[in-house]
Amino acid sequence: MSGLPPRLLRALPWLLLAVAVALPWIAQALDQVFYIGVARRILIFALAAASLNLILGFGGLVSLGHAAFFGVGAYGVGILMVEGVRSAWIAWPLAVLAAAAFALAIGAVSLRTRGVYFIMITLAFAQMVYYVAVGLKTYGGEDGLNLPGKSQVGLGIDLSHDITFYYVVLALFAASMFLLNRLIDSRFGRALIGVRENESRMEAIGFATYRLRLIAFVIAGALAGLAGVLFANHNSFVSPVVLHWTQSATLVIMVILGGIGYRYGGLYGAATLLLLEEVLSMYTEYWHLALGVLLLVVVFAAPRGLAGLLTRKSH
Amino acid sequence: MSSILIAEQILNGLQFGLMLFLLAAGLTLVFGIMDLMNLAHGSLYMIGAYLMATLLAATGNFWLALPLAVLATALVGLVLEVALMRHLYARDHLAQVLATFAVILIADDLVKMIWGPAPLMLNAPPSLAGPVELLPGFYYPAYRLLIIGVGLAAAIGLYLLVTRTRAGMLVRAGASNREMAAIMGVRVQRLFMAVFVLGAALCAVAGALLGPVLAVEVGMGENILILALVVIVIGGIGSIRGAFVGALLVGLVDTAGRAFLPSLLNAVMPLNVAANLGPALAAIAIYLLMAIVLIAKPTGLFPARG
Repeated sequence: MSGLPPRLLRALPWLLLAVAVALPWIAQALDQVFYIGVARRILIFALAAASLNLILGFGGLVSLGHAAFFGVGAYGVGILMVEGVRSAWIAWPLAVLAAAAFALAIGAVSLRTRGVYFIMITLAFAQMVYYVAVGLKTYGGEDGLNLPGKSQVGLGIDLSHDITFYYVVLALFAASMFLLNRLIDSRFGRALIGVRENESRMEAIGFATYRLRLIAFVIAGALAGLAGVLFANHNSFVSPVVLHWTQSATLVIMVILGGIGYRYGGLYGAATLLLLEEVLSMYTEYWHLALGVLLLVVVFAAPRGLAGLLTRKSH
Repeated sequence: MSSILIAEQILNGLQFGLMLFLLAAGLTLVFGIMDLMNLAHGSLYMIGAYLMATLLAATGNFWLALPLAVLATALVGLVLEVALMRHLYARDHLAQVLATFAVILIADDLVKMIWGPAPLMLNAPPSLAGPVELLPGFYYPAYRLLIIGVGLAAAIGLYLLVTRTRAGMLVRAGASNREMAAIMGVRVQRLFMAVFVLGAALCAVAGALLGPVLAVEVGMGENILILALVVIVIGGIGSIRGAFVGALLVGLVDTAGRAFLPSLLNAVMPLNVAANLGPALAAIAIYLLMAIVLIAKPTGLFPARG
């Protein structure tokens, strides 16, 4: 079966990283500074998708409520900022911790179910968080919350400067991908994959499958929260829209599109989907139609997703 | 709280629940028999509503437009099954999610292209526009009574179809154990096609009838899809009885919750807390219901898989 030669496949993420690092210069040279913001948005969603890929792709857990943790991170930093806590060093860890706490609570209950029931329970919890956010009239409710600017980092880093913020996002994304890759390669990661493949056998061997999944779920939630934190800063705005179930569905679509269980599936999926949206909407008002058709092509032409297309069968 | 208000809300809940049942029945059969996660089910509901609006405008006759709209939507369902769905039965759930999500995108834009982005006007027939006096002093809209009537008739019809006919027996066999049914000689491909088209027809009835009550707009499918998913999880996948009970529960809890919870909370809590909490609690009431049911009966109230 065709695919990229293994050496090129291994080099691909590094090539993309090089392009990402050089992007601001390229964009400025081409006088297309707008695309720095687009790239930043892609990186943020790639982080969220990568975190979902950990539990969906490697853990086999189809969560339709991942947007909840993204939203908790976003609202966390937003509410803290509005209440006067603007330092990124305080607000960001707190928001990520809040997302992790939500993941712990939701995961503890949901992971006792299986299959389609797990999907529905995670969806239900995410909807609850959504409606609570809509009900928070003091923090904007349905209209959303305008933030008075970006978080303050100090050390000469000014996030309101587009390119600086872009490099902060890129650095955090790269660090998170590094962490995730190390995790997947570790004993924990292998055990997680084992549980996905055959849970009863793993239990019989003696692995604490519930605890394994819960830990993965919390890590994924924390990283999604980090993505939410960056998103709130990116827009200087947060609203319940980020918590809607269609956002969770979009994240799942990104992971499936990119390739479930492939290390960079989240990145490929998020980048492809968001780039397609950008490009298609330039040509036609009916870009949903074009996107839908393209997704159908992917379902039949690339059954293992884009990463699967690039990888030779012996994966 | 007056008993008239309570009775009114119960009837509203019943009406909404019965329409939800029409959607849920199709969805649960498709999921139970074909093991197909069909997110595009809501799109068929939307298409039913839009076709009804157009046919009503074209013919001027509600009673003529309704069966025509159902037939037309069933045809759309047939095309969809042959062109796409039957190629998805063998795929895993996630591929089905991706494909049917793509169908939602395509359907939403097609509808926008054909009918425009603004919501459509769909009116109840003039003969049913007024209220009916059910009990002395208790008035209820005639059109909503029609919805309840049609919903109950459909429920009874489905029940008879599934329990008293040979086709229904095949449906139950397929829902209970698909592989065994195929081995026993059930013509699986025709059964699947028939089930999918039936589901589409039921969606159309719900969409056409609810059109005058809710808005006929792009995105109406996604809103009701979530509720239908909750219903079939509560009821048990593959079970029409479960879909019926689940739909009524969800319809009643959602309607009663939105009507009574805010005022109930106002009575026991300080006003500013209740103002925030009330609507939020009402909105999540059905999810709490689902969680409670799943804790007590993890595979739903009436699981079909034997």
